[in-house]
Amino acid sequence: MIIPVDNKLNLDPGKVKLAREKAGKIADRLHAWIGDYTTTTTERAAARLMGIDGADESGVPMANVMVDELARSGILDHGLVPWLARSIVAREESPQEIAEALAAGSLKVESIPDCAEEKWREVADKLAGEAAAGIKAVKAERDRLKSKAAPPNKPMLYVIVATGNVYEDAVQAEAAALQGADIVAVIRHTGQSLLDYVPYGPTTEGFGGTYATQENFRIVRQALDRAAQKTGRYTNLVNYASGLCMPEISVMGAFERLDMMLNDAMYGILFRDINMKRTFIDQHFSRMINAYAGIIINTGEDNYLTTADAFDEGHTVIASQFINEQLALRSGLKEEQMGLGHAFEINPAMEDGLLMEIAQAQLCRELFPRSPLKYMPPTKHVTGDIFKTYLINGMFNLVSVLTGQEIQLLGMLTEAIHTPFISDRYLSIKNAAYVFNNAKHLGEEIIFREGGRIQERAVFLLNEACKMLQEIDEISLETAMEKGMFADIKRSRDGGKGGTGVIARHKDYYNPFFTIFMNDTKVEEGRLS
Amino acid sequence: MNIDYSSVKTYGDTLNDGAMQVSFTLPVPAGDEAREAARQMALKMGLDSPSVTEMADLGAGFTFFVLYGKCKHTVDYSVIKVPKQQQKVMSFKEVNELIKKELGCRIVVVAACTGSDAHTVGIDAIVNMKGYAGEYGLERYPEIDAYNLGSQVPNAELLARAVELNADAVLVSQVVTQKNIHLENLTELIELAEAEGLRDRMLMICGGPRISHELAIELGYDAGFGPGTLPNHVASYIAAELMRRHKI
Repeated sequence: MIIPVDNKLNLDPGKVKLAREKAGKIADRLHAWIGDYTTTTTERAAARLMGIDGADESGVPMANVMVDELARSGILDHGLVPWLARSIVAREESPQEIAEALAAGSLKVESIPDCAEEKWREVADKLAGEAAAGIKAVKAERDRLKSKAAPPNKPMLYVIVATGNVYEDAVQAEAAALQGADIVAVIRHTGQSLLDYVPYGPTTEGFGGTYATQENFRIVRQALDRAAQKTGRYTNLVNYASGLCMPEISVMGAFERLDMMLNDAMYGILFRDINMKRTFIDQHFSRMINAYAGIIINTGEDNYLTTADAFDEGHTVIASQFINEQLALRSGLKEEQMGLGHAFEINPAMEDGLLMEIAQAQLCRELFPRSPLKYMPPTKHVTGDIFKTYLINGMFNLVSVLTGQEIQLLGMLTEAIHTPFISDRYLSIKNAAYVFNNAKHLGEEIIFREGGRIQERAVFLLNEACKMLQEIDEISLETAMEKGMFADIKRSRDGGKGGTGVIARHKDYYNPFFTIFMNDTKVEEGRLS
Repeated sequence: MNIDYSSVKTYGDTLNDGAMQVSFTLPVPAGDEAREAARQMALKMGLDSPSVTEMADLGAGFTFFVLYGKCKHTVDYSVIKVPKQQQKVMSFKEVNELIKKELGCRIVVVAACTGSDAHTVGIDAIVNMKGYAGEYGLERYPEIDAYNLGSQVPNAELLARAVELNADAVLVSQVVTQKNIHLENLTELIELAEAEGLRDRMLMICGGPRISHELAIELGYDAGFGPGTLPNHVASYIAAELMRRHKI
């Protein structure tokens, strides 16, 4: 999907190239060490890919049982796959049966004898190939459904459901699809990002949202597919591959045909105080899975603007988008799969604030012409005055259609009051549908005055982003985060949650999925800086 | 206009017309029966001559309504008394000077977003250096030692840290209010503090979009701050209340 974008902002192509090169170097510096480590959730993701599912009597997922046992035996640094494959050779059982035997205590890690490498590798690669084929089949099914469905709105209408109860979510998701939503996200229980496991089965209690579980994914997917039969349109399902279980949630999403995942390279570090090393390693494998499964990621730059001031910190969003892009390319994601995030969060009381929003949104569009940009609605400065909020959301929608955004998370008139009612979503869809239709080709008609307020603001933002990327390139991304260069939040290099789940790889480490996924998704040269 | 404050009615364009707008959703399919159901619902709410001005099919068997009607109820405004913080709001400079001159020692404030709540927007606005809407946060106050523990802090941990730091005041923020989880969390914190004999050792203050001073008092807190609160509002209250307690 290539969007023709003129150089409406009079940007210096040399600057754009420089920003991309610096971001590329920043990403390379991380990749100099990312491959030396694995993490507990990376290995649990491998377990899930190999077909291990379910939980033991006390609710501990089988993937955790196996990884914990291997860690106790001190061989997790080889990866989970070699031991699992040796067990299959020795016991002639399925991965699930082996996990269950471990959980029951009838099998000990040490009791599995060594065997010739080529023998266990053959078993491992065969199983991994089957898993990958399964994911490909899910992807093909998505492509098939999308190709026969009516084309989506543009920008696409994205709404959230957040009841805490998956069965209630399914009802609300279906209603949203019938009302015209192109994308439905099931907001996650607020505490899940810090759980070092993924809960199992359907869940009916959660605050601020619903637990991400594979069964919950399946239930909402079915509801949306049901709605698609009535509407003739395909409704995309979104969840969160974030927190301490990024790659595992990507696997679940790949199996259950999720279409988008919130999946940022730095969000967990900044906003959930998760260990840096852990996050950088996890995001790499997680994004590889998303790339292979054809899932579009959404990055979280919008969050910077809710913590820090949106006008003062606009350039940090641009700098972060460049970094997210370069890291994503290194995990095999195509630009068309990168929903780079930004937000409409400038204080509405500001004179010419709308012009500044247009400058930022148009700048994102021109810098990342192939990315389905994810545009987040005003939340920080809206209050219980639903009438005013409804109007601000209309302005947000206008900027979006004017600047060619693609993934439009609709503002709720009751933002800051409660999680959306069914009618709030209806009204937000009505608002967006009206503006998008009524101003459909406005972007094609508008050019910005040379040297005017909008051009100047955009050029300023790009220059500041370049300076910031140059500085980060000099000091490293880890140091930049220690200094609080993003969102005014400082994080120490070795602090944060989940650091104990980082393991240096043994020289014989083996995980067949890295090769399978990366070989599939060759990134075009050019953008990769 | 002669308004009888002992018997006040909602106002549209004529005194005592009782005019009111409401909107709601019913879990029934759109149609004439749905419209009548909405009208009956309004009548039961005390709205005379209800008229449905908008009926929209939300899909999946739900219908949204906008209605107007004339409310028959009245309230006695003349006898209403709402507990308020009496404290006058001081500026950043005034608060710091007051603490320095009158209290003579720095104030320790420990803040957190508790329970499963991961939304730090409120606590950050009040505590973080940068503050909110041009008002510096408590971390910036030279006479206040502010500790922002961040989000998802268990109540017990918040109290433990408050004891360890010898806090003068504890600030707790609750943003997520689904199924009244914030009330449970806030109540649990007070109960814990009381059980451990800490309640009177420090000011306990809560804040959030659905918190009022009145609600805070009801839950056993010393004060509560709702939407629109700025850092200096909280700082003014803490400084003045500590002075009162130390009888300065």
